[in-house]
Amino acid sequence: MLFFIIRRFVTMIPLLLGISVLVFVLMAIAPGDFLDVARTQEDIPAEYIERMEEEFALGEPWHTRYFIWLGNVVQGNLGESWIYRVPVTELLWQRIPATLVLSALSIMFALCVAIPMGVLAAIYKDSIFDRISSMFAYAALSIPEFFLALLAVMFAAQTGWFPTGGLSSVEHEFMSFWGRMADYAHHLVLPTIVLGMGSVASYMRIMRANFLDYIRSDFVTTARAKGLGEGRVMFVHVLRNAINPLVSASGFILATLLSGSILVENVMNYPGLGQLIFEALMRQDEFVVVAAVMMGCVMLMLGNLIADLLLAWSDPRIRLEKN
Amino acid sequence: MLKHLFKEITRRPMGVACLVILAVLYLGTVFSQFLAPYLPTDQDLTSAYHPPTRIVLEDWRPHVQVYEQVDPAAARYEPIEGETAPIKFFAAGEEYRFWGFIPAQMRLFQVEEPHRIYLLGSDGTGRDVFSRLLYGAQVSLSIGFIGICITMTLGFLVGGIAGYFGGRTDFLAMRLVEFIIAVPSLYLLIALRGALAEHFEPEQMYLVIVIILSLIGWAGAARIIRGMALSLRQRPFVLAAEVMGQSSLRILFRHFLPNLASYLLVAATLSIPAYILAEAALSFLGLGIQEPGTSWGLMLQQAQELKVFTLNLWWLLTPGAAIFITVITFNMLGDVLRDIVDPRQQMVKR
Repeated sequence: MLFFIIRRFVTMIPLLLGISVLVFVLMAIAPGDFLDVARTQEDIPAEYIERMEEEFALGEPWHTRYFIWLGNVVQGNLGESWIYRVPVTELLWQRIPATLVLSALSIMFALCVAIPMGVLAAIYKDSIFDRISSMFAYAALSIPEFFLALLAVMFAAQTGWFPTGGLSSVEHEFMSFWGRMADYAHHLVLPTIVLGMGSVASYMRIMRANFLDYIRSDFVTTARAKGLGEGRVMFVHVLRNAINPLVSASGFILATLLSGSILVENVMNYPGLGQLIFEALMRQDEFVVVAAVMMGCVMLMLGNLIADLLLAWSDPRIRLEKN
Repeated sequence: MLKHLFKEITRRPMGVACLVILAVLYLGTVFSQFLAPYLPTDQDLTSAYHPPTRIVLEDWRPHVQVYEQVDPAAARYEPIEGETAPIKFFAAGEEYRFWGFIPAQMRLFQVEEPHRIYLLGSDGTGRDVFSRLLYGAQVSLSIGFIGICITMTLGFLVGGIAGYFGGRTDFLAMRLVEFIIAVPSLYLLIALRGALAEHFEPEQMYLVIVIILSLIGWAGAARIIRGMALSLRQRPFVLAAEVMGQSSLRILFRHFLPNLASYLLVAATLSIPAYILAEAALSFLGLGIQEPGTSWGLMLQQAQELKVFTLNLWWLLTPGAAIFITVITFNMLGDVLRDIVDPRQQMVKR
């Protein structure tokens, strides 16, 4: 097991190197640089800009800058954000928990809704419930996240039941600990539902298909023949087997969540990694872009790793070492 | 094969429904200049955020209700009792070039100036949302087709070559594919757009988006096609062709392509929505189609204003509904096609 985990971490290194090179190249191809905004403003003296240019090494070709950056990274220094003038690590520490919480909540929300719905749809196959839920799955898969986010903001603005954006309210600082938690929770409801909606549909379809597969297998007939109750057959024998593909699908779903979070975070003004990446890319804040994109990919790979480990834990037939 | 497929689709009610909806959407796109009462850039600052106009029957002829602005700040309009303007069908409007080269003036319906007809309301500068929806469809609905043609060609070439030749070619191609798949796609989209956009004119953004989407999209198709090519390579007819001394290129196109055609068709139908959504997402972030062009994503971006939410200007969100309808139709059609082509993989009926 440990060997498997270590090997997975080692394979991450070339991928991360590749991604960082790609980001540097792409940012080098993009015309202009971070100081373009400063240059257009007349009240900023030219010497100041020259000094900044020198400090950021903007005059150097991209590969020189890449190796300077890589040297710093090896020493644990991810560089500094040019916009905020704070270390990138600090910025990431503020943003990553928010995105992690949102993604984790979305996956949990999706699982909590999708498993019962998928199971019911499979047990009562071709019933009205099955049809309605499959229509719902089509709809949830087809609605663009940002449109759903716009609808959610509209809903929040019209009813006033939920805040229209952000992670905390203005008076957050003056609340008690539980008050703060409740405040966060209140702000997280809509983003979680919006981001999780597409995953609900994917999970539900996988769940239903697998459940139907197992419901007709021999061990189910055996269990029934032994006189086990229908509830026990369904939930212990069938569900236990049918749930495994959901676990392995989670890695893929996490990837779509990370992409979707850029849009949802922007519409709902949620201070997460997606918003940071977008803002930094627009302003060409190089180190932030590289670090944030790499963090997104690390999160994705860790998610895949956790999914594999969970799968090995939930399905005793799988041996990780032999793969 | 196509004839057979078409027949099979028309035998299923869901397939027929999808074809009808798509036909309506694409006909609307092709004739958008004729169907839209105004040009997409036609502004009227005196009627910003105008609600959809009511249509009333007078003497058995449709008329539009005339409105007056009560409160410009809150975008409130009240209908003026008894004052209407007749709708003229097949009347001359502002001049346009049909399909870009035929000068024409005829439009399906018009209203006498200074009154205006807003079937789906107007936006912040008084442009007709209905007309913009129709013009925007030209971008949003065509991008999927063009993108998918490039992607499937690339995917087939890379996947086919990797699967057929195997060895080092295969290894390199698959590492590249894995790399592209490993990065969340929207990160790549935005980064590529940043790198490419400034090298093109703003009017060429359409082209840029197609290039970007195709550069990313081929990876998934290539991986699956490579898998299928690996198994095809061992089949007797391919071995026979090899023994007969046919060239690799010929084997690829004469023997692999027909066997992969049905997969390619299903995959293409199922991935068109991804292109429509990606274009909308880019335009929505302000990175796609630029003014004065229109696309559904761009319209949604412009609707992202506090005023829209607090005043419940729902008609500005109709582009989202249009995207939704298009995507759901393609998804359903894709599932119907998959059921026909590969009955073993059925998801819906089991």
